[in-house]
Amino acid sequence: MSRAALLVLADGRFPAGGHAHSGGAEAAVKAGRITGAEGLESFCRGRLHTTGLVSAALAAAAVLGVDPRQLNEAADARTPSPALRAAARKLGRQLMRAARATWPSAELDAVATEFPKGAHQPVVLGLAARAAGLEPLDAAYCAAYESVSGPASATVRLLSLDPFDATGALARLAPELDRVADQAVEAARRAVDEGPDSLPAASAPLLEIAAEAHAAWPVRLFAS
Amino acid sequence: MHLDHHHDGPAAVSADAHRPDGSHRALRIGLGGPVGSGKTATVAALCRALRDELSLAVVTNDIYTREDAEFLLREAVLPPERITAVETGACPHTAIRDDISANLEAVEDLEDEVGPLDLILVESGGDNLTATFSKGLVDAQIFVIDVAGGDDIPRKGGPGVTTADLLIVNKTDLAPYVGSDLARMAADAKVQRAELPVVFQSLRGEAGVAAVADWVRERLAAWTA
Amino acid sequence: MDGVTAAVAGVRATARMVARDDGRGGTALPVLESDGPLALRRTRGSGAEPRVMLVGAMSGPLGGDHFTVAADVREGARLRVGSAAATIALPGQTKGEARYDVRLTVADGGELHWLPEQLICAGGSDLYVGTRIDLGATARLVLREEQVLGRVGEEPGRLTSRLVLRVAGRTVLDQELACGPGAPGGWDGPAVLAGHRAVGQLLVVRPEFADEPVPARVLGEGAAVMPLAGPAALVTAVAPDALLLRRLLDAALAALVP
Repeated sequence: MSRAALLVLADGRFPAGGHAHSGGAEAAVKAGRITGAEGLESFCRGRLHTTGLVSAALAAAAVLGVDPRQLNEAADARTPSPALRAAARKLGRQLMRAARATWPSAELDAVATEFPKGAHQPVVLGLAARAAGLEPLDAAYCAAYESVSGPASATVRLLSLDPFDATGALARLAPELDRVADQAVEAARRAVDEGPDSLPAASAPLLEIAAEAHAAWPVRLFAS
Repeated sequence: MHLDHHHDGPAAVSADAHRPDGSHRALRIGLGGPVGSGKTATVAALCRALRDELSLAVVTNDIYTREDAEFLLREAVLPPERITAVETGACPHTAIRDDISANLEAVEDLEDEVGPLDLILVESGGDNLTATFSKGLVDAQIFVIDVAGGDDIPRKGGPGVTTADLLIVNKTDLAPYVGSDLARMAADAKVQRAELPVVFQSLRGEAGVAAVADWVRERLAAWTA
Repeated sequence: MDGVTAAVAGVRATARMVARDDGRGGTALPVLESDGPLALRRTRGSGAEPRVMLVGAMSGPLGGDHFTVAADVREGARLRVGSAAATIALPGQTKGEARYDVRLTVADGGELHWLPEQLICAGGSDLYVGTRIDLGATARLVLREEQVLGRVGEEPGRLTSRLVLRVAGRTVLDQELACGPGAPGGWDGPAVLAGHRAVGQLLVVRPEFADEPVPARVLGEGAAVMPLAGPAALVTAVAPDALLLRRLLDAALAALVP
């Protein structure tokens, strides 16, 4: 397979449900913690080094063939917020559908059967990358980038932020994204020998707390 | 593409007419159209008209999370377990056209949980004239406009007006008050849509949603034939 | 392994306690070992639930130190552990990270309340805290952790704190918080701490939570009760200071453990 498959998988228009999720940006905007491009960049940086790193490592480990069931449990343990666990499984299920249609594979079918209500999205992302013939680093990049691109496009909608400012913020995060992707792959390789407990567990208290508040809002634009 | 060759799998990958267990799935009809044209009211009226003869369910795609679903729940047109809200991230047209994954999950979950179903109505949040449903999501679509939105809408066309399987021109009772020319709307719609049907409807009138309900029954008869 | 080599490599100290069912409906403490700066004292408390105080923790850990506190609650035993004062991480004469390990095991039918005072990360300090908890399937736990970033008006030190809970061999919670100078970017930004200087966790494990999970709810802007994917609930809280944090966690504790 070709490296260009990464572009298909990482495309914001890949039909896997991401557009309806803000990655916590909606809650942060309402709480006044993101008011412009600077706040968005800081939010994304924090998310990249926490959720982003964990997601990237889970995805890379899935590409390396670590048992998806174990990875799913590791993702549960790293996601205390039930709202975020539900969102991750919902997105995992949607991504699974898109991945099976795009890169049909017996392995994806088997995991879809095992998790009819969805496995955590980063785990499915890794399996999709694997089905597409991509490398662990590709999956790590994709997960890490998604951890910041989702909040960025959501914030453009929520704050009517200048889209050039939002993409500028993403571009400035690129060197850190490189490091996170490398770190994630290193951790994923360790997990092959030592098991998923050795995967990173970086957490962001406000993402968890705010996700619970957001899930209880009667009116909101984004699902998470 | 019909990639769902494993019928023991957990979920259909595409718009396959069969459910994973091999049974015929429900007919899915989408309702789209501009904000305030009466989509939710039409869905509510259809539910009341059809619920005694069909097993049906509704999926809403709101701009704000659950508003349309809440309306249908308040009106008690169906039991709550038959109404599901899909959250659309401020873009209902994306959820019904470009990325239908959440809606496919919603319709499949409804069939699993309250099925067997004959019909699922998928309502889009109010959007613009270009918003149409993906063929991967629905088998037929209804586009709802109203006379108060301007009688030039059929002339302007756009994918919804031009290609929908049924065009509803709603709130005809308001035409005299807003100065809309129904004959002109009908003529323009004919030009845009050729043989595709158009229903002029007032939910406050005696006939109410009857013509649209009949159209749905015909589609259903063709689907199950 | 203590004071002698401190100047070069920092202090290594391990304090241990073992609680076991005394066979008469109470709990005995057959092991209560202090070590160097880590002193354990049995204080008041009923025979059914003895209390242990960790005292003297004020003096560290400094850079290069490695402290370990281990508690082992055997089948059917009950133990309540607190500390006499906050622990302050300080910069050491030797460069490098200090490490504080907490190892807790509770066997089936056992119960541990682990409620130490705050950990304060003074400016210039660099500390890794690793808390590992292994519970039997029917063990019970209440654990509180509070981290305060810097003394009043001071820049925080660097802290990495990992909290891992296993129940019956399965990892139910694995969370690491990294903050302070040199931590990965964004730690003080809107996704992680947003300027809050106190952050805490309250972890409650009860076998009955497996069938009846605690409902998720928020406690104001800065805290949430979250049922985990196992027989446990976690309260995560952030606050401007230690006092407000304690209020949040006390309220949550009262609601979760009547």
